[in-house]
Amino acid sequence: MTNKEPVAVVGIGQTKHVAARRDVSIAGLVREAARAALADAELTWADIDAVVIGKAPDFFEGVMMPELYLADALGAVGKPMLRVHTAGSVGGSTALVASNLVAGRVHGTVLTLAFEKQSESNAMWGLSLPVPFQQPLLAGAGGFFAPHVRAYMRRTGAPDHVGSLVAYKDRRNALKNPYAHLHEHDITLEKVQASPMLWDPVRYSETCPSSDGACAMVLTDRAGAARSPRPPAWMLGGAMRSEPTLFAGKDFVSPQAGKDCAADVYRQAGIADPRREIDAVEMYVPFSWYEPMWLENLGFAAEGEGWKLTESGVTELDGDLPVNMSGGVLSTNPIGASGMIRFAEAALQVRGQAGEHQVEGARKVLGHAYGGGSQFFSMWLVGAEPPTH
Amino acid sequence: MRPPIRDIAVVAFAQSDHLRTTDEMSEVEMLMPVLHEVLAATGLKTADIGFTCSGSSDYLAGRAFSFTMALDGVGAWPPISESHVEMDGAWALYEAWTKLLTGEADTALVYSYGKSSPGSVRDVLTRQLDPYYVAPLWPDAVALAALQAQSLIDAGETDESALAGVAARSRAAAADNPHAQLRGADVPHGDYVVNPLRTGDCPPIGDGAAAVILAAGDRARELCERPAWIRGIDHRIEAHSLGVRDLTDSPSTRLAAERAGVFERPVDTAELHAPFTSQEVVLRKALRLGEDVTVNPSGGALAANPMMAAGLIRIGEAAARIHRGESRRALGHATSGPCLQQNLVAVLEASEEASEGENR
Repeated sequence: MTNKEPVAVVGIGQTKHVAARRDVSIAGLVREAARAALADAELTWADIDAVVIGKAPDFFEGVMMPELYLADALGAVGKPMLRVHTAGSVGGSTALVASNLVAGRVHGTVLTLAFEKQSESNAMWGLSLPVPFQQPLLAGAGGFFAPHVRAYMRRTGAPDHVGSLVAYKDRRNALKNPYAHLHEHDITLEKVQASPMLWDPVRYSETCPSSDGACAMVLTDRAGAARSPRPPAWMLGGAMRSEPTLFAGKDFVSPQAGKDCAADVYRQAGIADPRREIDAVEMYVPFSWYEPMWLENLGFAAEGEGWKLTESGVTELDGDLPVNMSGGVLSTNPIGASGMIRFAEAALQVRGQAGEHQVEGARKVLGHAYGGGSQFFSMWLVGAEPPTH
Repeated sequence: MRPPIRDIAVVAFAQSDHLRTTDEMSEVEMLMPVLHEVLAATGLKTADIGFTCSGSSDYLAGRAFSFTMALDGVGAWPPISESHVEMDGAWALYEAWTKLLTGEADTALVYSYGKSSPGSVRDVLTRQLDPYYVAPLWPDAVALAALQAQSLIDAGETDESALAGVAARSRAAAADNPHAQLRGADVPHGDYVVNPLRTGDCPPIGDGAAAVILAAGDRARELCERPAWIRGIDHRIEAHSLGVRDLTDSPSTRLAAERAGVFERPVDTAELHAPFTSQEVVLRKALRLGEDVTVNPSGGALAANPMMAAGLIRIGEAAARIHRGESRRALGHATSGPCLQQNLVAVLEASEEASEGENR
């Protein structure tokens, strides 16, 4: 039985993402994104019924349960405030938890926000606290994911240069996005390919930066959408799926949880053929090779064929299925916010508000996030028209 | 608050024995028996559950992404629809409730756990405070609660002997609770920890876990003879800075209670998450609880206060009384943050009070 209230995105705000925002506190950072989202929706703090906030581990800033301290900065005093934490997928999950408040008719208008201020501490150390009887983290996330990239290359016969193509594309896309962290004006494919090898086959220029940043969205019901000054983005489907980190049957190249999550979103949205019916994708690609891998996992390409889409230019900004028009996680990575940025950028596209990196005529766009050791997935599909299912 | 668009009930509850130390157990080992028990109560298996949500804290575990290990223990294969809040499990229950409201799931498993024993939880909790202006001073959790207690005494709302009475009543009630950590009427009230709070005014420090199963409509009736229907649930937060709050009052609790429908009809039972005796005084006032209401028959947080689970346990204990036929309308409360900064209130009712059908 579902009798959900339709959910619309009517406000989106981001900070300019940079390596270190030394000019603002954590509270100042999140408030900047929240105010931008409210301004976009032409709403005030008083219009917000509840706040749902997400970020990745508390050790990244060294503040335990920071929603307590941030209640004032986010206008949450006297309101409900929820704090979501689902590892790297958290930005997406946070938006989905907020959407449930509207869909379940608990609240009419909800502010959702995700952030990371990585300059407050050191993410590498935040992820490396020793725990007895558990495997040590393998020299950062890249060390964990590189063997799975290698497995993908072996399995599919993908040539070595595909990863560099993704990085070169995403960094060029980022030049069109004023909020992106990395603006490498002199980027060339040769420079990407000449960058140092970090975790073979992942090169320096094929990895994400560490960013400070926040992203916020205002979600509302049908009545709220009717009052929206700008075109709303309508949520057509949203889902989360999780599977264990380590077990004998796990396919790290194409995890079942990712496939199931996408299938659930497509079911809700009535999508039968994602490759034909979805216009663009904001995909969580922290290491370049994950673009072809996720293209397969999300059903845009047959197994073993994802790299061919990338290589043929289909995922370029002017391609048939643009991926990471904003520059993606490869260009901007405030970890806890990265998933929400994917979701928000998808919404910007269907609202026609993505500026220089707008895909002409984008009507249905997928936002995707994952986290842990490819353990947590969250996705939503947004459209320019309200849901009919 | 608009009435919920679906009837949702707590259909099962389980908790660990709460212990001062559990050095021999990992968090997952502490949690697993509780998960098995709550699933066994309904006959459900992990794969039957529509949505799973947990609450815990990386800071207690001392490592990032600590909840991922617990998820492995749940057995998330085939993959499950799952989420996590870095909050007390009561808020995980709230998230699960909203998920069931959307109709995308009919059952939910909610669990939470915390081990306070590996470190000094008094000190760890200082890391919750404003990181620039307050946390560097390391004001610990008991000191902040003592500030609140002294405010109450200064305002003439209680005195030290009344607070001692709260402690004695709670621990006497816990004599019947096999899971409680501190129980029996002979628990000494002890010396001052931070004036005016004595040992007895403070919660025991301990480790524990809890789990609840929620179900909607007819599914709840199939799974439980006397479902505890969630008639309303709401939570509110206050300003963080103690300097701008009236510590003798809890407007967030009062507002959450209003929105949850507490004041529409009297409750017979209230399970309050009041880790300090003085906080029960504040909560009783905000919730307008009279002497006729049975408060914390489990012993409450003064008998066992496993961080991140103690709030979920209050809702579980309230529901369990309805399951056993000992209550018809019960209140469950959870708190988070210094001096009751954030509060959640749920109203649970027995089936006799339930409206017919799933859609109202």
